[in-house]
Amino acid sequence: MSQAGEIEPSGAAGLPFGSKDAVRLVTRATAVDAVGLQERAASLGKRSIKRESKLWALDLAIRCMDLTTLEGQDTAGKIIAMCAKAVRPDPLDATIPPVAAVCLYPQLVPVAVGQLKNTGVKVASVAGAFPSGLGPLDARLAEIREVVEMGADEVDIVLNRSLFLGGLYESAFEELVAAREAVGSVCLKVILEIGELGSFDRVRQASVLAMVAGADFIKTSTGKLSAGATPPGALCMMEAAREFFQETGRRVGVKVAGGVRRSKQAVQYLVLLHETLGPEWMTPDRFRIGASSLLNDVLMQIDKERTGRYQGPDYFTID
Amino acid sequence: MSEDRVEVRRTAKLYVGGEFPRSESGRSYEVHSADGRLLAWVARASRKDLRDAVRAARSAQPGWAGKTAYNRGQILYRVAELMEGRRAQFEMELADAGASDPRRGVDAAIDRWVWYAGWCDKVHQVLGGTNPVAGPYFNFTIPEPTGVVGIVAPPDQSLLGVVSRLAPVIVSGNTTVVVASEKAPLPAVSLSEVLATSDVPAGVVNVLTGLTRELVPWLAGHMDVNAIDVTGVPDDLLKQVEELAAGNVKRVHRAPEVDPFSPGAQSPYEITALMEMKTVWHPIGA
Amino acid sequence: MGDATDIEKRETGTPEETPPWEYAPAPESTEVVHLRDRYDLFVGGRFVEPKSGRYFTTINPATEEPLAEVAEAGEEDVNLAVRAAREAFEERWRDLRGKERAKFIYRIARALQERSREFAVLETMNNGKPIKESRDVDVPLAAAHFFYYAGWADKLEYAFPGRTPRPLGVAAQITPWNFPLLMCAWKLAPALAAGNTVVLKPASTTPLTALLLAEVIEQAELPPGVVNVIPGPGGKTGEWLARHPDVAKIAFTGSTEIGKVLRRSVAGTGKRLTLELGGKAANIVFEDAPLDQAIEGIVNGIFFNQGEVCCAGSRLFVQESVFELLLDKLKARLDTLRVGDPLDKNTDVGAINSRDQLEKITELVQSGIEEGAEIYQPDCVLPERGFWFRPTLFTNVSQSHRIAREEIFGPVLSILTFRTPEEAVEKANNTPYGLSAGIWTDKGSRILWMAERMKAGVVWANTFNRFDPSSPFGGYKESGFGREGGRHGLQPYLHLDGGAA
Repeated sequence: MSQAGEIEPSGAAGLPFGSKDAVRLVTRATAVDAVGLQERAASLGKRSIKRESKLWALDLAIRCMDLTTLEGQDTAGKIIAMCAKAVRPDPLDATIPPVAAVCLYPQLVPVAVGQLKNTGVKVASVAGAFPSGLGPLDARLAEIREVVEMGADEVDIVLNRSLFLGGLYESAFEELVAAREAVGSVCLKVILEIGELGSFDRVRQASVLAMVAGADFIKTSTGKLSAGATPPGALCMMEAAREFFQETGRRVGVKVAGGVRRSKQAVQYLVLLHETLGPEWMTPDRFRIGASSLLNDVLMQIDKERTGRYQGPDYFTID
Repeated sequence: MSEDRVEVRRTAKLYVGGEFPRSESGRSYEVHSADGRLLAWVARASRKDLRDAVRAARSAQPGWAGKTAYNRGQILYRVAELMEGRRAQFEMELADAGASDPRRGVDAAIDRWVWYAGWCDKVHQVLGGTNPVAGPYFNFTIPEPTGVVGIVAPPDQSLLGVVSRLAPVIVSGNTTVVVASEKAPLPAVSLSEVLATSDVPAGVVNVLTGLTRELVPWLAGHMDVNAIDVTGVPDDLLKQVEELAAGNVKRVHRAPEVDPFSPGAQSPYEITALMEMKTVWHPIGA
Repeated sequence: MGDATDIEKRETGTPEETPPWEYAPAPESTEVVHLRDRYDLFVGGRFVEPKSGRYFTTINPATEEPLAEVAEAGEEDVNLAVRAAREAFEERWRDLRGKERAKFIYRIARALQERSREFAVLETMNNGKPIKESRDVDVPLAAAHFFYYAGWADKLEYAFPGRTPRPLGVAAQITPWNFPLLMCAWKLAPALAAGNTVVLKPASTTPLTALLLAEVIEQAELPPGVVNVIPGPGGKTGEWLARHPDVAKIAFTGSTEIGKVLRRSVAGTGKRLTLELGGKAANIVFEDAPLDQAIEGIVNGIFFNQGEVCCAGSRLFVQESVFELLLDKLKARLDTLRVGDPLDKNTDVGAINSRDQLEKITELVQSGIEEGAEIYQPDCVLPERGFWFRPTLFTNVSQSHRIAREEIFGPVLSILTFRTPEEAVEKANNTPYGLSAGIWTDKGSRILWMAERMKAGVVWANTFNRFDPSSPFGGYKESGFGREGGRHGLQPYLHLDGGAA
């Protein structure tokens, strides 16, 4: 994308971008130098956040968290316990805010919806043959519609890497547009699975593809690979979101997920976010962290900031 | 130090993958001093130990080669710091092996190690470079480590000897399996203990003690070993070794026979003998 | 079915109250530095009082507070230092085996690593540069230079095919104030590795890390007289040193103006000379460049070390087709730069080194405004005391403006446009300087084509301000001659004879 204002809406069904436009934007996405990107991410990783700023950041990290469980062994009981934790992360401390959302498999959506009614915590469901995304298209779209009908507030789907890496950008785009239509006005997060894409140029391209298809959030990873979110990967996506906003005026959110276990990491991503996208993105409407064990680590860090003592895990509930 | 005190005796084990296993065969052999005292029972490595050592070397190789030359240089320099700290043990082992001047041997070994460590970030400048091809192309030759190198340590001068073979090999990013001197293996064992406590990653250097004639043919014929340094191979075994090495076109290197204390016994060409030269072309055009 | 209006609906939800995101002050502690009230000269292996009897005050440019009194070397002190160096050369250093020399130099490298925090804090206090730069760049690179050259001390016969190198004798080394410690390392390491002895005169505004390095050298037990450190003003101490008949070689880093003075003063003497002088580097960005990383390279190129860098990318050439986009990104990025207390770990841009330098920058910036260029500076609150200048951009700049021709040596970027690669090359080379250049493009062949044509000693492609002890650095034309770093960096310190020594 080398010129502001060059993108003209020309798509069908009232969408801003047609598939030909989309392909052009993807293949001409701004180049990314991997070394420079990694250096910038590393340099921002050394920012020192102290005291009140750190407490505010940790509080924001909780408010932006999608508390996640995506295991074959998830039962209704597990979801009920997790929802309680989501609404009241620290039973002894009412000043700790609830998380942004819980994130789970479709079968458990009704349980979560029941538990979280009127709490302000959203129910996000994966859908669309998560995590590979390689089931029959009709079945994937049907799954998406069904979770919406069951009351999910947000839907996390995957980019079809098989099509994308095979160069079939038009088909990949059309699938995302179909998913966009299937969710209706519910929040759509598109997972790029950066650990599979092979280069930062590809991460940039995939970000563009998802955004022009109408994603509300671009998300780093499914959390099912050993390679999850990384600071340079997230930075690359944030730079893409920044440029997209400058070209179109639309703010797309960024979600980091996969391997974010420590508060230090969460704060690092918030630094990247602030330095790249600015204060307008420092809100759960524009930034999420998909995590599970992170929550207790953040609670421990908050306690340490307040009391000055390093905490132990026995003092925080496991759910 | 009372005369009644009972000494804790040494067990000499293999060094493979950063750990000290006994031989999987459960065998060992006796090592005696030059004047006939029993020094230790030393592990007698089998072909399976060798197989495991090659695997360890192979898996450590990309990481070691991937470090910056500066980083490797620093790590190897620090090995010399640790050697200096251990010199009393090395001197005693050399004396036991019959060395006439153990102190000189240890001095020379440490200084040689430092000398080679300083080549890590220079050998490319001396032996790589750009080539002025006749066309609008940028052309450059980069020396790269060959991969996993087998080393047969010389039977004598067992500390300086093994250092002279080992240091030039790992400077460039190769990893190695060393077959230690059969009759005087203890300095190599102590060196492996130094390496284990240094920043040299596990698997970069693997040291097998045992019977030379038993182990060397397996090393020479192993299809996942890229090169073999045969400087320490007995003359009568050399032909067989070279024939076996042909199986995967191993690079075979034998250093010239010189007095190990002489300056001619160290050279950057000992490093590049175990490196590959890669030449890259790229057009030049606006 | 979604439609455009649905997308808009999702957009208008107002973001929550965005509370201020502040990096609370994160100052590095100065406890690790033990400042003396008074520093003496380091001559003949000991700290000695100056025969001149004079001391000058050195300050912290971020606060204008005095840090210490430092001995000022007079003419007699210079003579004593050169004599100590000469004697050390003949009796203790020249004939020492290379491998022993190497081990001495390794000691210096290791000590710098051990005391890295102390050196970094002291450098920031005396120079004004941000602690994250002195900590992450200056000190590690200085240690690396000693480490790299230590390894050459016993390998000189391999450095120059067919030659048997010999050291020159006493090297006089005059270092600048912008990278005080690092420039000492760039000078000392190759000189010592080659077997020379040294009399080093650090810059008058920044002598403290050189003197701490002298302490390290004393503790490393280098033979007395091998390294001597004598602070003093360039016009006097430096001049006496350069003119001394027993000095075999002079190495100078500083302004082109003084470089020319030195060149004239050694004319006809047979003394060897290397000069590392000023620059006005072109940083060239093509339309297909990785733009977000190019922004980082541009910002680093001119704001790293407050722009007080000889190889600073002070002229930005942007391909016209991508100019508007790049300028928007650049201005937004400038707005995030943090200018302030150099000891704060989050500071990006520190203090200008001296009042003199601040005045020079201010004068040139004023000329830019008067000559019709358009200025942009982000809003930032500057501290009241100390010497500060805001990061500055000029657009609407032409080749003939003073801000496009003269070295400003401050955080000021002049931006010009170009249309074709040939034009970029021509304009980039259209300067008496020739130290460095930057090229930003995704196309490999273009990088090589441009690099071939840049009249500059260092060309950075898709990066900027990268230094390594193994990588030769130095200028073309009025940016000086001779190289520092790499195998080539040894040559200025050696006689290359064809026969035995």
